[in-house]
Amino acid sequence: MSDHAPDATHASGVAKTYARRRWYRSRDAVTSHTPDATTHVPGFVKKYLWSTDHKTIGLQYMLTGMAMALIGAFAAYVFRMQAAFPGASVPLFGRVAAADYNYLVTMHGTIMIFWVAMPVLLGGFGNYLIPLMLGCDDMVFPRVNRLSYQVFFLSSVVLLASFFVPGGAFGGAWTAYPPLSANSAYSMTPFGSTLWLLAVALEFVAFLLIVIAAVLFMGSVGPLVAGAVMLLLDQVVGTGFYDPARGGDPVLWQHLFWFFGHPEVYVLLLPAMGVVAEVMVVFARKKLFAYRTIVYSAVATGIISFFVWAHHQFVAGIDPRMASLFSLTTLIISIPVAEMFFVYIATLYGGSIRLTTPMLWALAFVAEFLIGGVTGIFLGSAGSDIYFHDTYFVVAHFHYTFFPIAFIAGFAGITFWFPKMFGRMMNETWGKVHFWGTIIAFNICFIPLFITGTAGDHRRIFDYAMFAQLATPEMQSLRILATRALLVTLAFQVVFIANFVYSMFRGAIADANPWKANTLEWLAPSPPPHGNFATMPVVYRGPYEYCVPNRAEDYWPQHEPGGDIAELGAPGGRRPVQQGI
Amino acid sequence: MISWLLPQASTFASTIDGLVLLIAVIVGFWLIVAEVVLFGFIFKFRARDGIRGQYVSGEDKSQKQWVSYPHYAVVVFDIIIIAAALRVWNEVKVEVPPADEQIRIIAQQWSWTFVHAGPDGKLDTRDDIRTVDDMYVQRDRVYTFELHARDVVHSFSVPAFRLKQDAVPGRAIRGWFKPTLEGTFDIQCAEMCGMGHGLMAGRVHIGSAAQYAAWMTNLTKIGAAGTAMAPTLMADVAAHDHAGTAGGTR
Repeated sequence: MSDHAPDATHASGVAKTYARRRWYRSRDAVTSHTPDATTHVPGFVKKYLWSTDHKTIGLQYMLTGMAMALIGAFAAYVFRMQAAFPGASVPLFGRVAAADYNYLVTMHGTIMIFWVAMPVLLGGFGNYLIPLMLGCDDMVFPRVNRLSYQVFFLSSVVLLASFFVPGGAFGGAWTAYPPLSANSAYSMTPFGSTLWLLAVALEFVAFLLIVIAAVLFMGSVGPLVAGAVMLLLDQVVGTGFYDPARGGDPVLWQHLFWFFGHPEVYVLLLPAMGVVAEVMVVFARKKLFAYRTIVYSAVATGIISFFVWAHHQFVAGIDPRMASLFSLTTLIISIPVAEMFFVYIATLYGGSIRLTTPMLWALAFVAEFLIGGVTGIFLGSAGSDIYFHDTYFVVAHFHYTFFPIAFIAGFAGITFWFPKMFGRMMNETWGKVHFWGTIIAFNICFIPLFITGTAGDHRRIFDYAMFAQLATPEMQSLRILATRALLVTLAFQVVFIANFVYSMFRGAIADANPWKANTLEWLAPSPPPHGNFATMPVVYRGPYEYCVPNRAEDYWPQHEPGGDIAELGAPGGRRPVQQGI
Repeated sequence: MISWLLPQASTFASTIDGLVLLIAVIVGFWLIVAEVVLFGFIFKFRARDGIRGQYVSGEDKSQKQWVSYPHYAVVVFDIIIIAAALRVWNEVKVEVPPADEQIRIIAQQWSWTFVHAGPDGKLDTRDDIRTVDDMYVQRDRVYTFELHARDVVHSFSVPAFRLKQDAVPGRAIRGWFKPTLEGTFDIQCAEMCGMGHGLMAGRVHIGSAAQYAAWMTNLTKIGAAGTAMAPTLMADVAAHDHAGTAGGTR
C-alpha cells in the first residue's frame, strides 16, 4: 500500500497495484458496480435486504449488534438487581427466580460475545472499513458476504425465540459444560438448550462466511463446530459423546470449547487494537511507533493464543502436571500483548494530542485494558488460579478486557467513523458526557467485584443467603455499589443512542475528511457511494505520515502525489518497505 | 492480601496468599508505572498552539529501546511469576503428602454427601459415617479426599482452605488438605450445575481431636452411620446416574 513517487522506476509497481485490485472486483453482472453507475436507483429490497454492498452489510451487522447489546444489557440489569437486592421485584421484569437468574447470566454472556462483540468488530468495522482502507470497491465475494449477514440475522432470531419456549431459555452458563447442557433431565430446559446451541452454531456459520480474521478464527472454530455437533446429537438424538455412563467424557467439550474460546479473545482483541491505533495516530498527529513491531506482535499473539486454552481448566480435573505447560504459555502471551501496549504508549510521545471523543475512547481503551491484562496474570498462574477460578475476580478481569474490546474500542470506532458512515458529525459535547459517564461508572461497577471475588464470592449465584461467609453486610454493600454503578453506566447509554440517532439526521454536515486523516477511506465521499471511489486511488505512501517535517500540512494522505519522505529530510524517514498490494 | 478478607484455615492457604501478594506487588508496580507514563504523555504532549507533533518512526534502534527495555522486564518478571506459581501449584495439586485420614466427597444436584471413614479409618466399611452438606474434620491432620459427581460437573470449593477442584461425572479425582484453624467455614459449588446452583452450599466443621470424636459419636447415635448393608462407592455414585438417564435424554 505504501508505494511512493509515481516516477518511471515505480510505474510498474503502480500498474501491478491496478491489476491486483481488479481481482477484487466481482465480474458478475449482478454485483459489479462501476463507480459511475448512478443511472439505476435500486429499490428498497435490493438496497437493504439484498444489498451486496459491503458498507450496507457492515452497517446492518453493526446496528444488529447494537440492538442485541440492549438485550444483553437488560439481562445484566435484571440479574445485577437480583444480586444486590435478592428477592425484590425488579422493575420491568418482576421477581427473579433461580432459573431466571441462570438463563439471564447465560444469555448476557452469549449475547455480548457472539451477538455484540463479533458483529460490531468483525462484521461491522471489518466489512465497512477494510475495503475502503485498501482502496477497493467491495469485498471479494459480495454475495457470500450478504448470505453471512442473513445467516447471522437468522441466528439472532433463533436465540431470541429460545426465551419463549416451554421450560425457558438455556441457563447452563455461556460455556455450556455437559452433562448439564447435554441432558434436559439435568438442565430442565429441553427446548432452550437446543435452540441456544443451534443459534450459536448458526452464528459461527455466519462468521465463517465473512472471511475476516480467517486463519485465526477458522483454525479455532473448526473443533468447536465438531464439538457442537456432538453436543447437539447428545441433546436431540440421545448419543453419549459427553456422557461418562456410556463411555463419553464431559471434559472433551471443555477442551474443544476453550480451544476455540481463548483464540476468540484475540480474534476480537486484534480488530479492537486496530481501531484504537487508527484513532490514536490521527488525534496524536503522530506516526505509529514501530509499525512492524506491532505487526509481528499481533502475529505472535495469534499463534500463541492456540496454546493457552487449558488455563481455563486448571482445576477441571485435567492431569495436574499439564497445568505447568499451560501456565507457561499463558504468561508467554503476555509478552507480545504487553509489547503492543508499550508501542501504543510510545506513539503518544512527542505527539500533539487532541482529546476529541474518539481519542478519549482510544486512550481509555489502553488505560482500562492494562488493568484487564495484569489481573489476567493472577489467573494464568496456576497456583493462584486455584483460589480465583470461578470467582467474581474472574468476572471483573474478564470485563476489564471485554468491555474495552467490545464497547470502548467500539465507541472509539463509531464516533471516529460516524462522519464517514452517515455524512454527518456526532455532537462532541454529548459525546464527552457519554464518555465520562460510562468510564467512571464502569470502573465503580467492576472494582468492587475484584474485592468480592478476592473475598470468595463465586459466580452465578442468585442469592448468597446460603453462604455464611459471603452473606455479610459489607459484601452486600459492595454488590449494591456495583449494581448502582451499572445502572448509571446503562443510563449514560441513553445519551449515546440519542446522540447517534439525532446526529444521523441532524448533525453538522461532514466533508470527506473531517479529521484530516491519511488513510484511503477519507478520500471517498461521506458517505461513500456504492463502489466507494470515483476513480480508484493510487497509494503513494504509508498510512501514518503525520507531522512530516518541512511540510506545511501536518498530515499527508496516502493518495496524494508528492515527494519522497526521505527527500524531505525527515529524521528516521526511511523509505517504507513496500507492503502488500 | 486475601487474609484480610478471609481466614487461612489450611496449610496451603498462606502459600497461595503469598503467591497472590507476590503477583500483586509485581504487576501492581508495573501497572502504576504504565498508567503514570500514559497519563503523563497525554498531559505533556497535549495539543498546543504553534507546536507540531514530532516525526518519530520508532524503527531505529535508539528509539526502539524505549519499548525493548520494558519488554525485557516483562520477560524477567514473567519468569519469576511462573516459577513461584508452579511451586505453589505443585505443593497443592501435584505432591500429595501421606494421608492421616480419608474422606469421600460426592456432589450431586444440589447437595454434597460426605463419607467419613469412621473409627476404623477406612472407607467402604460398616462404620462409615455419611453426612449431607456438613463435613467434619480434625485440625492438623492430613486429609486426602476422593471427589465424585453423580450427575453434572460440580466444583468443590472451600475458600477458607483456598481449595478448589471440579468434580466430574465418571471420574474419581484425588486431592488433599490439612486444616489448621478450628471453626465452621463455607463450602461452595463453584461450577454452574443447574437450577439450584446458588443453593448448593455446605459447611466444613474443623475441631480438635476431642471435639471431632464427640461429633462422630453423636452422628452415629442419630443414625447417620451406614445402614446394615455397607454402602459401596458403586451404589453411591451410580444410583443417580440411572435416575438421570431414565429421566430421558431429551
